[in-house]
Amino acid sequence: MPLFDRKDKSRYATFTRRSLMVSGGISAVFAVIAGRLYQLQIREGEEFETRAEENRVSQRLVAPLRGRVLDRFGIELATNRRNYRVLIVAEQAAEGVDAAIATVGKLIYLSDRQRERVKHDIAANKPFAPVPIAENLSWDEFARINLHLPYLPGIQPDVGETRDYPFGTEMSHILGYVSAVSLDDKANDGDPLLDLPGFRIGKRGIEEEFETQIRGKAGSSRVEVNAYGRVIRELGHDSGVAGDDVYLTIDRDVQHFASQRLGDESAACAVMDVSNGDVIALVSTPGYDPNNFNVGITPTQWQALMTDDHKPLINKAITGEYPPGSTFKPTMAMAAMDNGLENLQVNCSGSIVLGNNVFHCWKKGGHGHVDLKRGLAVSCDVFFYEVARQLGIDKMHDAAVSLGLGKKTGIELPGERSGLIPSREWKLARFGVPWQQGETLNTGIGQGYVTATPLQLCTLAARIASGNSVSPRITRVIGHAAQSRPELDRLKFSDKALAAVQAGMNMVANEPGGTAFQWRITQPGFEMAGKTGTAQVRHISKEEHETGVKKNDNLPWNLRDHALFIAYAPVQQPRYALGIIQEHGATAAHPHVQMARDILLYAQQRDPIKLPNAYPVNAAQATSPIRKVRG
Amino acid sequence: MSDRPYAAARRTLSIRDKLLDVNWGLVLLITLIASVGFSMLYSVAGGHFHPWAAPQMLRFAIGLALLIAVAMVDIRIWMSIAYPAYGIALFLLILTTVMGKVGGLGAQRWLELGPLQIQPSELMKISLVLALSRYLHGEAVEDVSKPLRLAIPLAMIGIPAVLVLMQPNLGTATILVADGASLLFLAGLSWWWILPTISAGLAAVPIAWRFMHDYQKRRVLTFLNPASDALGAGWNISQAEIAVGSGGLAGKGFVQGTQSRLNFLPEKETDFIFTTLGEEFGFVGCIAVLLLFAAVIGYGVRIAMSSRSQFGRLLAFGVTLNFFFYIMINASMVMGLIPVVGIPMPLISYGGTAMLTVLFGFGLLMSVHVHRQVEIPRRSGGLI
Repeated sequence: MPLFDRKDKSRYATFTRRSLMVSGGISAVFAVIAGRLYQLQIREGEEFETRAEENRVSQRLVAPLRGRVLDRFGIELATNRRNYRVLIVAEQAAEGVDAAIATVGKLIYLSDRQRERVKHDIAANKPFAPVPIAENLSWDEFARINLHLPYLPGIQPDVGETRDYPFGTEMSHILGYVSAVSLDDKANDGDPLLDLPGFRIGKRGIEEEFETQIRGKAGSSRVEVNAYGRVIRELGHDSGVAGDDVYLTIDRDVQHFASQRLGDESAACAVMDVSNGDVIALVSTPGYDPNNFNVGITPTQWQALMTDDHKPLINKAITGEYPPGSTFKPTMAMAAMDNGLENLQVNCSGSIVLGNNVFHCWKKGGHGHVDLKRGLAVSCDVFFYEVARQLGIDKMHDAAVSLGLGKKTGIELPGERSGLIPSREWKLARFGVPWQQGETLNTGIGQGYVTATPLQLCTLAARIASGNSVSPRITRVIGHAAQSRPELDRLKFSDKALAAVQAGMNMVANEPGGTAFQWRITQPGFEMAGKTGTAQVRHISKEEHETGVKKNDNLPWNLRDHALFIAYAPVQQPRYALGIIQEHGATAAHPHVQMARDILLYAQQRDPIKLPNAYPVNAAQATSPIRKVRG
Repeated sequence: MSDRPYAAARRTLSIRDKLLDVNWGLVLLITLIASVGFSMLYSVAGGHFHPWAAPQMLRFAIGLALLIAVAMVDIRIWMSIAYPAYGIALFLLILTTVMGKVGGLGAQRWLELGPLQIQPSELMKISLVLALSRYLHGEAVEDVSKPLRLAIPLAMIGIPAVLVLMQPNLGTATILVADGASLLFLAGLSWWWILPTISAGLAAVPIAWRFMHDYQKRRVLTFLNPASDALGAGWNISQAEIAVGSGGLAGKGFVQGTQSRLNFLPEKETDFIFTTLGEEFGFVGCIAVLLLFAAVIGYGVRIAMSSRSQFGRLLAFGVTLNFFFYIMINASMVMGLIPVVGIPMPLISYGGTAMLTVLFGFGLLMSVHVHRQVEIPRRSGGLI
C-alpha cells in the first residue's frame, strides 16, 4: 500500500495554502489587538490615567470646628468639648459582634436600647464602617476601655467633638441647640457637610439664626479608596475653616440671676440697655436642657417637654403674644400728651357707659378725680377709656407702633412674633367688619385685639426711658466683625410728653398709692419707674361685676390673669429697661413686680466698673494697671 | 527541523528518542508565558503567592508533566481514542446539561464527580479537535465538500456547540464552532460552501438576536455603548478599559496597579487578568506578551505543516487555533472590542481546568511534533 497517493498530495498542498491563509488571519487579529492596545494606552492613555486616579482617590469631607457662642464678657455659653466614645468595626470583631458588645458591656454601662441600636447600625452599614457603641463617656470609663483594648478586637476608642452648653437650661431659649440633620434641612441647604454621618446643625435660637457663620467651612481629606469605598490610606488633609464665634450682648450673670428669680413659673423677662438696645438678659421659663438634644433626646423626655402646660419649648420672651393690659397705658399717655389731652381730667366712678355697653374700671367704686400722671400711677381704666374715646384708634395705633409695638423688634433670633396693634384696615381685612368704638375703649387699656411680646414691652419701656428709638440687639460680634447698629433717632413725641409719662411711671413705683409702690427699689440711686398690668384670660360676666370680681388668688392657676410689668432704672438716668410677664401670675403679692425689682437692682449693681471681679478675663488683663486703677 | 537520521523505518521510537525530540524551545516559551501569569497572580493578590500564584504554579508543574506524557504517546493511539474521547465528552456534556451546577462569570457549568469538578465543555474543545482531525484524515479534498459527507463533521461540531450554548456559554460555543470551521477550512472545504455560509451568517444576525438571552443582549448592547450602563454591566468593560489605558507606554510598575489592587477590576485573577498586565506593564509589556503568544502559535503552525499525516497536521493546527481563539476572544473582550464572554487568557488566568486543557492540547501538539514522520494510511481515518 503506498504511503502517499495522489489525493494525499493534493490535500497536502491545499492544507499548506490554507494554513498560510489562516496564519495571515491570525496575524491580522494580532495586529487589531495591538492596534487597540496602541489606542487605549498610547493615544488615550492620559485620559484613562486620569480616570483611574478619579477611581482611586476620594475626597472626604471633614467637619469644621463649630464656632462658640460667648456672653458679653467672653464666658463660653456654647462650646465644643471632647466626646470620648467607643466604636466597633464589625469585620474586625474576631469573636463576633455580640461577644464584643457583651465584653464592652462589662466595662461600661450599656442599656438594652444602646445594644439594639448598635446591632441595627451594624446591619445598616458596611462591615468595615466604624459604628459608635457609646458616646460621651467619662474619662474613667474611657480609660477602662483603653486599658482592656488588647482583649477587645474590633473595638476602637475615639475622641470626637460634641456641642456643650455649660449653663444648660437657663440659656436654652437664647442658644437653641444642635441636633441631627433632617430631610427638610437637606432640601433647603446644599452644603455637602449635611450628609456627613453624625453631623449636627443648629435648631432654634442663635444656633439656628447664625448656623451658616457658626458652622464654618468644610475641610477635606483625600483618601485612597477601593471599589467598595473602603479607605485604604489618607493622601492629604485639610481641616477646613472653623466656624465664627458669636459674642452676645447677654450678661451671663444677669441671665442666671433672672432665670433663678423666675424659677419654675411660666414666665418671660427681657432686660435691655436703653442706651443702645443691648439685650442683657432674655429669659423664658421653664426651659429645657439643650445638651439632651445633642446626644439624642429620648421619646419620654420629648413627650414630657411637649405636654408640659408651662410650654418649656416656647421662647415666650419673643414668641409669646399677650394682651399687654395696663402696661399699654404709657403709649396712650404719650399719644394723649401730644394730641391736646395733656390737661385732661376725669372723674372715675368705677365705670363709664358708651352706647349700650358699660366699661368697668378695675377698681370697684372708682378712683375719683384723676389726671394723666395719676391715671398712670393708679392705672385708672376709666381715665384711659376717656383718652381712647377722644384720641380714636388711628392715633393710638400710630403711637403704639412708634413705641415699638405691633411689629417685630428685629432681634437676631428665629421665630419672633410681631404682636398686634389693631387698626381700622386690619379689622376690615381680618373680619370684614368696620371698627367699632367700643373696641377703641378696650384697646385703650391694652385689652381686646392688642397683643405684645415681653421683648416688645421691654422695648416700649426702653424707648420711654431714653426718648430714642432703641431696638433690641442680642449679638455684638460675629467672628471678627462687630455687628452694625442702626442710628438712634429721637422719638417723634415731644419732650413734654416724655417727661409727663416718665413722671407718671415714677409715681407707679415711688409714690404711695402707686400700683407698684409696695415693691419699689428702696436703695438710693437705683430706684425704678414702671407700669403694672394684668391681662384677663377669662370672661367676667355682668353678674360677677355686680357681685364682686373674684380675686385671682381664689382661682385655679390656669384661670388667673397674666401678670405684666414694664420698668426702667435708675429713674434719674435710665440705664436698663425691663419687660416681664408671669402667666397666670396676677396675685395680690405681685410676685412678678418683685422679680422685676430684684433683677433690675441686680443688673444695676453689677455694673462692671463697680464690680471688676465680674470680668472673667485672663490673668494678663486682670493684672493690667488700668484695671487696677479702676478696681 | 532536525536533520538527525530519523528512524522512520523503525516505525516505533524509544522514549529516549522521543524525549530528545521534544521541542524544548516551545516548552520554554510556554513556561515563560505561564511565569508572566504567576507574576500577575502574585501582583493582583497584593504581592502575595497566596491565594492564586502558588496553586497556579503547582497546576502548571502538573500540567507540564502531563504535556510531556501526552507527547510521548504515539499519535496513532491518540487517533484511535479520538472517537471514544469525543463520545465521553459528549456524554458528560449532556449529563451537565441535565444536572450540572452553575457558577463563574456568566454561566459556566460544572459537573461534580466525587472530589473532581469537571467542565465538560473544556474537554469537548480537545475532543472535538481530535475527532474532527480523525474524520477529516480519511477525507480526500474532493470528498470534504460533498453534502452527505459534510453532514457528519457538521453534526460533530453542531451538537456539542448547541449543548454548550444552552448552558448557556456563548464563549465556549463560539470557540467550538471556530475550531471546527477552521479544521474544515484547512481540510479543503470548498469556497462554494464557505462564502454562502458567511453571507447567510451575516443575514441571520437579526434572527439570532431574537433568540438570545436577555443577559446576552444586554452584554451586546452594553458593549456597543458602555456608558449606557456605567454602573451595571458596563462597569466591567469601563473599568477594564481604564485599567489597560491607564498603563500608558510603560505601565505603573509591578504590584502598582491601582485598578486591580483596589478591586475596581472584576474577575481580576481570572478573565480580566490581562488588564492588570496592561496596567502594570503598559503597552510595552502587553506587546511583549502578545509576541510570546505569537511565537507559540508560530511554533504550532510549523509543527502542523511539518507533520506527514493529515491527522497530525489537522490536530496540531486545531490545537494551535484553539489556543489562539482563547487569546483573541479574551484580549478583545477585556479591551472592549467584543462583548464580555467568560473566556480566560490561556496560561495566564487563574484556573485549573483551563490550564490543564491548554497544556494537554500542547501535549498533543508536541506528540504531533515528535511523531511528525509517522505516516498513517488515509483509510484509517473516516468514520470507522
